[in-house]
Amino acid sequence: MPKVTYELPDGTVHDVDVPCGQSVMDGSVRNNLPGIVAECGGSCSCATCHVFLEAGESFFDEPTDEERELLEFAEGVRPNSRLSCQLIISDGCAAVRVTVPGTNG
Amino acid sequence: MTERVLIIGAGHAGATLAGLLRQAGHPGPIELFGDELDLPYHRPPLSKKFAEGELEQWLRPMEFYQDQDITVRLGDRVVAIDRAERRVHVASGESYDYDHLVLATGARPRPLPVPGADLDGTVSLRTLADARILRKCVAERRRLAIVGGGYIGLEVAAVARANGVEVTVVEREERVLARVASPRLSEILTAHHRARGTRILTGARVVRLSGADGRVRAVVLDDGTEITSDAVLVGIGALPRDELAAAAGLRCDQGIVVDAQARTNDPHILAIGDVTRRPLGTGTLVRLESIPSAAEQARQAVATIMGDVPTAAEVPWFWSDQFDLKLKIAGLVPPLPRTVVRGDPSAGRFALFHHDNGTLIAVESANRAAEFMAGKQFIASGTRIDPARLADDTTPLRDAILH
Ligand SMILES: Cc1cc2nc3c(=O)[nH]c(=O)nc-3n(C[C@H](O)[C@H](O)[C@H](O)COP(=O)(O)OP(=O)(O)OC[C@H]3O[C@@H](n4cnc5c(N)ncnc54)[C@H](O)[C@@H]3O)c2cc1C
Ligand code: FES
Repeated sequence: MPKVTYELPDGTVHDVDVPCGQSVMDGSVRNNLPGIVAECGGSCSCATCHVFLEAGESFFDEPTDEERELLEFAEGVRPNSRLSCQLIISDGCAAVRVTVPGTNG
Repeated sequence: MTERVLIIGAGHAGATLAGLLRQAGHPGPIELFGDELDLPYHRPPLSKKFAEGELEQWLRPMEFYQDQDITVRLGDRVVAIDRAERRVHVASGESYDYDHLVLATGARPRPLPVPGADLDGTVSLRTLADARILRKCVAERRRLAIVGGGYIGLEVAAVARANGVEVTVVEREERVLARVASPRLSEILTAHHRARGTRILTGARVVRLSGADGRVRAVVLDDGTEITSDAVLVGIGALPRDELAAAAGLRCDQGIVVDAQARTNDPHILAIGDVTRRPLGTGTLVRLESIPSAAEQARQAVATIMGDVPTAAEVPWFWSDQFDLKLKIAGLVPPLPRTVVRGDPSAGRFALFHHDNGTLIAVESANRAAEFMAGKQFIASGTRIDPARLADDTTPLRDAILH
């Protein structure tokens, strides 16, 4: 199963197995990691699942217009900002790494 | 600190709190009581999705609760709180002690007080069980009448209509969403629904539901109009489930009254979610019914239970999906707003900014997520905007800020 590395707001680092078809958000929620809040459950409505995608960009689809718009005014936005519910894990994913900001609520 | 936390209500607020308490390192027992049979789930899909398989979205998988050492007791109702003994009693006869009790009992659909409201084919929508019945009714019988033009009613109207069902919405007020949206948004959404074939009747008072063989056949209005329908959804708002709290002598006033840290008037009892009325800066108490509000109060309760610094106040917001419109609303729309329209309502991409002399108070947006996010920030920071520049869609949002 692909592994995703989460660096949390408190600086700790967690490696989590995330099944294919699930999102980087799902992996965090399933393991009760702090930082990714995900109020809307992954419907790209809430922007409380904001992460910085540090490695593994090529495995994921480009952000949709909707995701881009939600991120434009997100707190602490950076060029590698993504909504983790839109990062769907697939077979080939390796060495995906995200930093979770402490600003999701 | 091995204090025992009991949470009454395994809905969005209660389940969120249970997870957050473990995140924050609460070492003691956590027990979550729910009277529904399903594991805690997302309610928003119940009015937004049509296919049966899309309805069930669990908040967390079953194993989550085991892994996190959270005891979940489903299908049992808490029937009494003994504040002196710090104990709750459940319907099955057991009783459980607590150090902290959190009431997260949510709300129930307001019943329609007319004859015939108990006819087969008449449903309300709060639970997964309700949603399964509604889907079946709508799939079998192809004409749906919806009493109440609130967000839930309009969402169901949209998804049913998109699936070829004949839909009529009957609203008592002069416009849909009268209590929650600006007049302008009501007008835009009404046009959007009508253009897609939904009938919307406003200023229409339902006097009874008529039926045959115990099944609903029509909604009857006070002017004698009969709206023939094979299924009726009643969506006329929700009432807080505060009877348990009231019976225990906790302060209630159309909801359990709490402060900005989720505390009731009993230091061992907190309350969160749809069941509460709480202060929102302005001094008045409000009862919000939204996921973000439930989540915010869950964070407040964690801080209170863990003795952490209180959380900062958030701008209230929620979302709604109707046809191709992804609506996001932040702030509380004032009764007589001054409104700047940005974008094109007829094209389904717009934001309505409501302000008081340039100070932003609320934003209602459709398919304009950037405007929503910016608006939410401007409201939080008390940012003033230039209405003329904001109205000009070619001017970047940041350039509409007054410094
Ligand atoms: C159809 C629908 C669509 C919605 N869509 C949106 C949306 O798009 N966006 C949004 O922000 N919000 C939406 N909401 C609102 C949102 O779902 C609520 O604000 C949220 O669920 C509130 O959480 P809660 O935990 O306070 O209440 P609930 O989720 O209602 O949970 C309360 C639980 O407590 C149980 N309970 C009550 N009394 C007892 C007792 N004595 N013993 C044991 N258990 C008890 C109830 O059965 C229930 O399971 C929607 C609501 C509905 C019904
Ligand atoms: S979970 Fe809401 S946008 Fe990702």
